[in-house]
Amino acid sequence: MNIVVLVKQVPDSGADRNLRSDDNTIDRGSANNVINEMDEYAIEEALKIKEANGGEVTILTMGPDRATESIRKALSMGPDKAVHIVDDALHGSCAVATSKVLAAALGTLNADLVICGAESTDGRVQVMPHMLAERLGVAALTGARKLTVDGSNLTVERQTEEGYEVVSATTPAVVSVWDTINEPRYPSFKGIMAAKKKPVQTLSLADLGVAPGEVGFDGATSTVLEHSKRPPRSGGAKITDEGDGGVKLVEFLATEKFV
Amino acid sequence: MAEVLVVVEATREFGVKKVTLEMLTLARELGTPSAVVLGGPGAAAALADKLGEYGAEKIYAAESEEIDGYLVAPKATVLADLVRRVSPAAVLLASAQEGKEIAARLAVKLDNGILTDVVSLAADGTATQVAFAGSTIVKSKVTRGLPLVTLRPNSVNPVPAPATPAVEQLTVQVGDTDKLAKVVDRVAEQKGSRPELTEASVVVSGGRGVGNADNFKLVEELADLLGGAVGASRAAVDSGFYPHQFQVGQTGKTVSPQLYVALGISGAIQHRAGMQTSKTIVAVNKDAEAPIFELADFGVVGDLFKVVPQAADEVRKRK
Ligand SMILES: Cc1cc2nc3c(=O)[nH]c(=O)nc-3n(C[C@H](O)[C@H](O)[C@H](O)COP(=O)(O)OP(=O)(O)OC[C@H]3O[C@@H](n4cnc5c(N)ncnc54)[C@H](O)[C@@H]3O)c2cc1C
Ligand SMILES: Nc1ncnc2c1ncn2[C@@H]1O[C@H](COP(=O)(O)O)[C@@H](O)[C@H]1O
Repeated sequence: MNIVVLVKQVPDSGADRNLRSDDNTIDRGSANNVINEMDEYAIEEALKIKEANGGEVTILTMGPDRATESIRKALSMGPDKAVHIVDDALHGSCAVATSKVLAAALGTLNADLVICGAESTDGRVQVMPHMLAERLGVAALTGARKLTVDGSNLTVERQTEEGYEVVSATTPAVVSVWDTINEPRYPSFKGIMAAKKKPVQTLSLADLGVAPGEVGFDGATSTVLEHSKRPPRSGGAKITDEGDGGVKLVEFLATEKFV
Repeated sequence: MAEVLVVVEATREFGVKKVTLEMLTLARELGTPSAVVLGGPGAAAALADKLGEYGAEKIYAAESEEIDGYLVAPKATVLADLVRRVSPAAVLLASAQEGKEIAARLAVKLDNGILTDVVSLAADGTATQVAFAGSTIVKSKVTRGLPLVTLRPNSVNPVPAPATPAVEQLTVQVGDTDKLAKVVDRVAEQKGSRPELTEASVVVSGGRGVGNADNFKLVEELADLLGGAVGASRAAVDSGFYPHQFQVGQTGKTVSPQLYVALGISGAIQHRAGMQTSKTIVAVNKDAEAPIFELADFGVVGDLFKVVPQAADEVRKRK
C-alpha cells in the first residue's frame, strides 16, 4: 500500500507562542519548532500498516526551509522518503490555499492512503483532511481513534459527543487520527542514522503548477487584522487547608452564586 | 435584512444544542437568522419549536437517508447549493468536529475563506478568535467570499426572541463522491444526565492526583452537586482513570464554563489551553507551587481526598 503521511512543523505548544508584529503570521523564527504531535501518531499508524501489508511510506510537508529538521525527525521513525514543498511565495498562506498546494502534490504521489493528524496545535483548525478529500474527490475518514485496513477496505472508529461512529470506505482515502489511536515509537539510533540518507525531494510551486498569486498573502482568503496578548489571569485567594478547606471552598462558591 | 444561515447542531438525545442557540442569538445581530437542519428523515420537526424560540425566521430542512448515512460530505453539498441560491450575509457553524468539517468542505467548494474558533462576530464581518491556548486574541476577516465562521461553544449568551419560522424543504441531490465514507454504525456511550462538556456552565475536572479510576467518583459527586460536567486531564485519561472524550486541553475539549474546578491537576500549559478562558477557576492541589494556582480565583492547598468530600457535604448542607 502506498501511504503518504502529512507532517506539519509547528511551534512547540509547551512554550510561549506568538504572532509576528510585522505581518501577523505565526512567529516560527523565535519558536522551538517541532512535528505537530498528532502527526507523529499518523506516522506510527502508517508504519504499522506498512509492516502488516507492505508498501511504502512517504512524508509530505509544506513549510519553510527549517521544516527540514522535522522531516528528518519524521524519517528517523521509519518512513521511506519525503517530499518537501518549499517556496517563498507560500508565506502567509491560508488554509484554503494550503489545501490547494497539498492536493496538487498529492496528485503526483498516487497515494492509496493519506494519513494526517486530526488537527494542528498552532491553528487548531481541523480542516485540512476534509479540504483535501474535497479537492481530490476521495473519501475522508476523520478523527480516527482506531483504523482497520483489510485489502482496500478501511474502517475507522471515531469519537463523537454521543459515543462513537464506525465509518467505512475504500481506498483511495484520507484518514485523520487522534492521539488515542496508538503510541508513537521513538526513533532508534539506527533510524536516526538511516534518516540522514533517505531521499527528500523538494518541490516548488512551479513544479506543482500552482501560480504564486493563488497562495501566500496575495491568494489568502482571510486576513488577520490585529492581535494582542490576552492579559494573563492573575491568581486570587489561595488558602491552605487546615481542616476546613472544603467548607471555605464552598463559601467561595456561594459568594460567586454557584451554590 | 439579509439572511444569516445557522447550521443546526443537535443530538438525538437532547435535541438542539446550546451552541445553536448561541449562533441564532449572534445571527440576529447580523441579519435575519435562518436555521439549516441537515439530518435524517423527520429531523427538523423535533427541533422547530426551539429554533423558533430563539429567533429563527426560517428553517431550511434537508432530510434524507443520505445525509444521515455518510460522513459530512452530503451536508456540505446541500449547504453549498443553498448558499449559492440565497447569498446569505454569513454562514455560522459550531466550532466542533462536524461543524469544522462541513465548513472546511464549504470553503473549498465556494473558494471562500474560513475562520474557526470564533468567539464573536461584528456586523462588518470582523471576527474575534482566541489562539495559542487562549493566550492570544486575534481579530480577523474573511477577504474572499462571505463570512464563513465556526463559533466556539459558550461564547455568546443565548437569548430567546420568539419567531414563527416558515419551513422550507430542500431537495437533497448528492453525487457519488459524497457517498464514499459510509457510517455503518453509531454507538451511544453512557452519559447519564450530566450536561455536555463543552456546553456545561460548570465543569469539575480531575487529574493524576485523583489517583485511580475508582476515586473519580469524588469528582463526579462534586460535579453532580454543582450541576456540572466531568472533565479530566490528559494524565488522568492516559492512566485510564477516565474516558478520553472527557479530556480537557489542547488535544481534548476546549471548555469555557462559568466555573471550572480543577482537582489534582498541576495546570500544564496544554491543559490550560482547554480551560483558561473559563470565567471562574477553582483549584485543589496539595502542591502549593502547582502552576494551576497562578490562574485560580480561589485555591485550596490541601489533600483533595479531605477537601473534596468536605466540600460535597457542605454543598449538600446548603441545599
Ligand atoms: C502536545 C501535547 C498535548 C497535550 N494535551 C493535553 C491535553 O489536551 N490536556 C491535558 O490535560 N494535558 C495535555 N498534555 C499533557 C500536559 O503536558 C500534562 O502532562 C498534563 O496536563 C498533566 O496532567 P495532571 O495535571 O493531571 O498531572 P500532573 O502534572 O502529574 O499533576 C498532578 C497534580 O496532582 C496533585 N496531587 C497529587 N495528589 C494529590 C492529592 N491527594 N490532593 C491534591 N492534589 C494532589 C499534584 O500536586 C500535581 O500538581 C499534552 C502534552 C503535550 C506534549
Ligand atoms: N503545511 C502542512 N504540511 C503538511 N501537512 C499539513 C500542513 N498543514 C496541515 N497539515 C496536515 O493536516 C492536519 C490537520 O491540520 P489543520 O487542519 O491545520 O488543523 C495536520 O495534523 C497535518 O497532518
